[in-house]
Amino acid sequence: MMAAPAKAGADIGSSSVQNLTLGKALNLGLRTAMAADPKVIVMGEDVGKLGGVFRITDGLQKDFGEHRVLDTPLAESGIVGTAVGLAVRGFRPVCEIQFEGFIFPGFDQISSQLAKLHYRTQGRVKVPVVIRVPFGGGIGAVEHHSESPESLFAHIAGLKVVSCSNPVDAYWMIQQAITSDDPVLFFEPKRLYHSSNLKAPVDTAAVPDPLFASRVVRNGNVATLAAYGPSVKVCMDAATAAAEEGTSLEVIDLRTLSPLDLAPVFDSVRRTGRLIVVSEAPPESSITSEIAARVQQECFYSLEAPVLRVTGFDTPYPPTKLEEHYLPDLDRILHAVDRSRAW
Amino acid sequence: MSSAEQWTQPGENPAATAAKPTPEQVIAGLRATSEGGTELVQLLNPEGERIASPQFDRYVEDVDAEQLRGLYRDMTMVRRVDREANSLQRQGQLGIWVPLLGQEAAQIGAGRAMRPSDMAFPSYREHGIAWCRGVTPQELLGIFRCTDHSGWDSSATRFHPYTIVIGNQVLNAAGYAMGQRLDGRVGDDGGEATICFFGDGATSQGDVHEGFVWASVYDAPLVFFCQNNQWAISEPTERQSRLPLYQRARGYGFPGIRVDGNDVLGCLAVTRWALEECRLGNGPVLIEAFTYRMDAHTTTDDPTRYRLSDELEAWKLKDPIERARVHLSRNGLADNDFFEQVASDTDELAAELRDFCVNMPDPPPDRIFSQVYADPSSVLDAERDEFLSYLDGFVGAGER
Repeated sequence: MMAAPAKAGADIGSSSVQNLTLGKALNLGLRTAMAADPKVIVMGEDVGKLGGVFRITDGLQKDFGEHRVLDTPLAESGIVGTAVGLAVRGFRPVCEIQFEGFIFPGFDQISSQLAKLHYRTQGRVKVPVVIRVPFGGGIGAVEHHSESPESLFAHIAGLKVVSCSNPVDAYWMIQQAITSDDPVLFFEPKRLYHSSNLKAPVDTAAVPDPLFASRVVRNGNVATLAAYGPSVKVCMDAATAAAEEGTSLEVIDLRTLSPLDLAPVFDSVRRTGRLIVVSEAPPESSITSEIAARVQQECFYSLEAPVLRVTGFDTPYPPTKLEEHYLPDLDRILHAVDRSRAW
Repeated sequence: MSSAEQWTQPGENPAATAAKPTPEQVIAGLRATSEGGTELVQLLNPEGERIASPQFDRYVEDVDAEQLRGLYRDMTMVRRVDREANSLQRQGQLGIWVPLLGQEAAQIGAGRAMRPSDMAFPSYREHGIAWCRGVTPQELLGIFRCTDHSGWDSSATRFHPYTIVIGNQVLNAAGYAMGQRLDGRVGDDGGEATICFFGDGATSQGDVHEGFVWASVYDAPLVFFCQNNQWAISEPTERQSRLPLYQRARGYGFPGIRVDGNDVLGCLAVTRWALEECRLGNGPVLIEAFTYRMDAHTTTDDPTRYRLSDELEAWKLKDPIERARVHLSRNGLADNDFFEQVASDTDELAAELRDFCVNMPDPPPDRIFSQVYADPSSVLDAERDEFLSYLDGFVGAGER
């Protein structure tokens, strides 16, 4: 049933620096991980010949063979449930869920098996599965193609949840997630996959930051913006616009959503006294509310204003003719900065 | 033996109607599902007589008197474990118990058909399979005394942790079996196979259907072993299916077979056949072991609310241990000393189990935080430290 492996690790390129989109960087990261460890397998709907509906797995089946890149039947519980079994067997499956809105048939396996087997067996069974999830809006799609369900997974003990915002992180974080012995939900900002504006030089010889660490990506002293995934770019644009008006904003890319790494946020808030958390997800019982709770606990005497949030709304994702109103944008973020400063 | 065509063509004598109760049977509380239908494989009938089976005899031709006695002993031991644990629950020593009473033949037959290199994925009633895999009854108790979630080494025993969410393990087993094939461990008699256990209720779960799809399209070496014990808590099999469960396999393109689940020799033969098919690369295979849950779903259940005692009485006549005993006696394969020795062994095992159970320590509070992740989580570590320091604030905390 399975073809022999072809030239593993082919086409990685000779120079250690390549200018890549986020999507191409993910592809290169997956390719590198597969070349490094024969137990890494990619599985999902249309990930083989087609290369995935977003082409993130483009060429992997051709180069690594059908026994390493599995086009699966069309059922998400099956994808996750068999990945769990493959991991028990000693593989490191990387599952692609086609769109975040289709992950819910797999929710049971994710919550009941993937997240709990390590605890259930007190560490005797490891389930190093990565579930890649294209998420977020801004692509003008129909229902179920634009959601941000990451908080649901961050709420489940036993899972780790991360989100990349740029090509360099995409390249490294996917490899780090694959080598992690814990199950990792890997949220990818789909609207940025092929953005040429976001292209960046990826140095494959560099030493990456740890996976479960957030990072200050722009220094400032008036207020702090914290975001992840697609919202990081929006915050950076807001900070650039604010700077033109003489307002210096600090921006933090959270990167890891479970466990949260809030030390850089606390440090920042102790300096700026103001925090605005930005996310496309509905605000209620979410990553953003968790951050607000922890910051008020840790930075109570440093805060000059309550923690504010700029997010989607507590509604289902709207018809996308309305998504420009739903998604956090530069103006809503700057409005929140003004409100914070005026408190 | 098992071309896809053979199993995807409707049989000449479909047993679909065999499971249909007559009005008289319904009134009597005797549903027709107390009869397995015309396609039931049976090597030992309820009277303990050996029934010849042209297809399956060769799979048990090595089973001599000693092995038969062994099967009897296995069944008797696990029944005693089951009854003892049930009593321990009644006496407040276990939080809950899940009885296997009546399913000993299905589990010992299937369990003894496995080789050490085969892998098993159980549901939560598979105490007999655990016994065959070398998981001790003591190791089972932690789950039911609520001191752990799974107390055995699942890779050494090749017996996956009990899965409580109905049907989840079927997909996990399909993945594991795919891995056996990816590892090149399928295709000759030295190959590996996986066997997955679930009940009649689970056959309605999407995960079981998806497991059928995955295992079939990836040619996985997986035996689906469905113990149809007639009841999913209070719901009879008629609430799960219109046709006999083994016939569902046809729709997925692999063999399905119904065996008398109270016939240990039949279960051994059929499971050996199925595992061999899988090792050789002809998997998957579905086995429906037609049996009966003679006790409650769990110790929290009350079957008198939904089924009549006539039904239980009818099934008592098909008792799996009794028919093995009669077979051994009638054929001079075991003497009274043997039966007395087994009875004494069960007493000893029960005493050991009871002693172990009542002396099981409670886990320490920091166990709550143990092994949530393979790599540490700073957030969780902080939560643990805060809680432990809170506990340490109590007077006498150091003596805990």
